[in-house]
Amino acid sequence: MREYFDKDLDKLNNQLIEMGSLVEKAIKNTVDVITSDKDESLDFAREQENKINEAEKSIQNHCIRLLLHQAPVAKDLRYISAALKMITDLERIGDQAIDIAEMSEYINNRTTVLNMTHISEMASKAADMVTLAIDAFVKSDLELAKTVNKHDDVIDNLFDQVKDETVEIIHNDRNLGTEAIDLMMIAKYLERIGDHAVNIAEWVAFSITGSCDIK
Amino acid sequence: MDKITVENMNLYYGNFHALKDVNLRMEKNKITAFIGPSGCGKSTLLKSLNRMNDLVEGCKITGEIKLDGEDIYGDMDINLLRKRVGMVFQKANPFPMSVYDNVAFGPRTHGIKNKKELDQIVEESLRDAAIWDELKDRLKKSALGLSGGQQQRLCIARALAVKPEVLLMDEATSALDPISTGKIEELCLKLKDNYTIVMVTHNMQQALRISNNTAFFLLGEMVEYGSTDTIFSAPKDKRTEEYITGRFG
Amino acid sequence: MDDNRIIADPKSIKAINKVSFKQRMISYKKKPLSLVMLILVALAAALSAAALVFIIVYVLVKGIPNLTPDLFSLTYNSDNVSCMPSIINTIMLTLLTLVIAVPFGVGAAIYLAEYAKKGNKLVKVIRTMAETLAGIPSIVYGLFGMLFFVSALHWGYSLLAGAFTLAIMVLPTIMRTTEEALITVPDSYREGSFGLGAGKLRTIVKIILPSAMPGILAGIILAVGRIVGETAALIYTYGSATGYAAGPLSSGRSLAVHMYVLANEGLHTDQAWGTAVVLLVLVFGINTLSAFIAKKLGSKKG
Repeated sequence: MREYFDKDLDKLNNQLIEMGSLVEKAIKNTVDVITSDKDESLDFAREQENKINEAEKSIQNHCIRLLLHQAPVAKDLRYISAALKMITDLERIGDQAIDIAEMSEYINNRTTVLNMTHISEMASKAADMVTLAIDAFVKSDLELAKTVNKHDDVIDNLFDQVKDETVEIIHNDRNLGTEAIDLMMIAKYLERIGDHAVNIAEWVAFSITGSCDIK
Repeated sequence: MDKITVENMNLYYGNFHALKDVNLRMEKNKITAFIGPSGCGKSTLLKSLNRMNDLVEGCKITGEIKLDGEDIYGDMDINLLRKRVGMVFQKANPFPMSVYDNVAFGPRTHGIKNKKELDQIVEESLRDAAIWDELKDRLKKSALGLSGGQQQRLCIARALAVKPEVLLMDEATSALDPISTGKIEELCLKLKDNYTIVMVTHNMQQALRISNNTAFFLLGEMVEYGSTDTIFSAPKDKRTEEYITGRFG
Repeated sequence: MDDNRIIADPKSIKAINKVSFKQRMISYKKKPLSLVMLILVALAAALSAAALVFIIVYVLVKGIPNLTPDLFSLTYNSDNVSCMPSIINTIMLTLLTLVIAVPFGVGAAIYLAEYAKKGNKLVKVIRTMAETLAGIPSIVYGLFGMLFFVSALHWGYSLLAGAFTLAIMVLPTIMRTTEEALITVPDSYREGSFGLGAGKLRTIVKIILPSAMPGILAGIILAVGRIVGETAALIYTYGSATGYAAGPLSSGRSLAVHMYVLANEGLHTDQAWGTAVVLLVLVFGINTLSAFIAKKLGSKKG
C-alpha cells in the first residue's frame, strides 16, 4: 500500500541528506578558510551556496507537491512539515557559511596576528552539530537530536571567550579594531549556525514525537 | 502524445444539452481525471469515449472523438472500439460465474479458445490487477463471493484481459473502503506505464494523488483543463478554485 | 492480523438484549391492537396450513390402501383401470408441450425484454394480450383446440392437438415469467459485457440467459404444473382413449383426465383415489426434479 508515496518520501529523505551534506561541506570549508588562506576556498564556498539554495528550492517544491497530492497525516505530516522548516535553517546556515568565508578571506589578507584557535574550534563544533542534527533526522533518533542541544552550550561558551578576546585585542592595539570586529562577527555567525542546528534538531524531535522539545 | 482527442463535442439527452462544446486531449500513458459536481456531465463524457452512451435512448452526440486519430463514431467497429477502450464501472459488476470465467469472458469473446492461452491471459490479467495472489487458489469459485474491493479489482483484471489501450474508470472506487481504494489507486499508478487511463472521480484527493491531468466540469461545460498540479495549486478559473477549495455554490 | 474473535461457547453469554415475556406483555398492554393483529395473522397461517395438510392427508389416507399392483398393470382393461398408460401419456404430453411452448415463450420474452424499445406500442399490446390469455379458463382453450386442431386441421383427438392446445395455454405464463426474470438481471451485467466488446447475442446467450435461468425455470415449473393438472382442455383435444398414445396423432388420456373419468363414472371411486396419490407423487416428483435442476444450474454459475 502507498508504494508510490513511500517512494516519494524516500526521495525526500535522500534530498535532505544530500542538502545536509552540502551544508556540512560548506561549514567545513569555512574552517579551512579560517585556518589557511587558500583562494579557491572562497570559490568553492560560493559554488556550495548556490547548490544549497537550489536544493532548498527543490525540496520545498517536493514537499509542497507531497502535501498537495497525498494529504499526509500523522507521522507523514510531521515528517514533511519538519522537512519544510528544516530546509530554511539549512539554507540560512549556507548563507552564514558564505558570509564567513568572504569575511575570513578579508582577515587573512590583512594580518596573521590574531588568535584564531577559538574561532576554528567554534567552526568545527558548529559543523559537528549540523552533522549530528542531520544524522538524528536520517536515523529518526531522538536521543541524538537531544545531544545537539548540549553541544550548543559549548559553542555559546566559546563565543563568550572570543568576545573577551576581542575586547582584549582592541584594548592592546587600537589599529586592529576592524579585524577584531570582523572576528567577532565571524564568531557571531558561527554561534548562529549552532542555533540553526538546534532548530533542526528541534524539528527532528517534532517529526518523531510531535513536539519540538529536546531539553 | 494524445491518445484520445475530443473536438467540439456536444451531447444532448432529448432536449437537455448535457455537454457543451467540449475540447479535450488525453495524453498517452497518463492518468486524466474528470472532476466536478454530480450531474456536470463528466460520466457522460467518459461513456462517450467507448460509445456506452449508444445504449441510452434519446442520446445525440455531435462533434468528433478520435482514438489515435481515428474517428470512433466513424467506420470503427463498435465492439472493437470497446475492446480497445475498456471500462470499469462505479459498482463492481462481476458476472455470476467463476473468477476464471469472468476474466476469460473477454478473450473468449474475441475468439481465443485455446485453453493454455486463456490460462496465461487469466493469470497475467489477475497479476496486473494485483489480485493474483489473493485469488489463485479460488479461480473456480464464484466471483460473487469476493469482497467489494476484490470484485472491483477482478473487474479491472477482466477489462485488462482483452488487452485494451485505454482504461475508463467511472468512479471505480466510490463504493469501496479506504484500504481497497488505496490498492486500486496504486494499481492505476502501475498500470499507466502500459495503459492510458481516464477516470471520473468525486474524490478530489484521489484525482490529486494519482492523476497527471485534471479536467473540471460544471453544468455540462469543461471549465478548466491542465496538469493536476496546476489545477489544484493555481487554478485559473474562479469556479474551479471555488469547487476544489470546497467553497462551491 | 490475528483474528481471535471466535468464542468457544456462545451459550455462556448472558445477553441483556433479549425481549422477555414480561416486556412483551407490557408493550401489548399499551397497544392491545398489536396483540389482536398477532393473533389474527397467526390464526390465518394456522388455518391455511391445516387446510393443506388436511387435503394431503385425506388424499393419502383414502388413496394409499388402493395402490394395488393392478392399478399399475402395463395394459388397461375395465377391471384393473390401470393408470400406467396415463402416466406415460402425461409425460409425453408434458414434454411435447414444453418443446413447443418453451422456445416460443422464451424467444418472445427475449425480444420483449432485450430488443424491443422501451415504450413500444406493440410490446404493450403483446403484454396485455398475454396477461388476458393467462386469465382465461382452460375450457375456452379446449374449445378452441377442438374446433381448430381437432376439426379444422383434421388431427382428431390426438397427442399433437392436446400438446398444441396446452402450449398455447402455458405460453403466456412462460413468456411473462421469463420476461420478469430477464428484467431482473442487473443492467450492470449488460454494461459489463458490452464494455468488453461483446455483442448483443453473446451477451444474451452467455450472460443474461444463465443469470435468468432460475426465473425461467420457475416459469417452466408453473407450466408443467398446469399441464399435469389440466383436464378440461384435454378432454376435447387429447381425448380419453385408455391405451398408450402410439403416435402424435393418436389419442390418449392424461393422468388427470383418467382420474376425472374414473371419478365421473362412479364405478371406480377407490381407484380414483389411488390415481390421485399417483398424481400427487408425480407433481411432487416433477417439482423436486426442477428444483434440483435449478440448483444445479445455479451452482454451476455461482
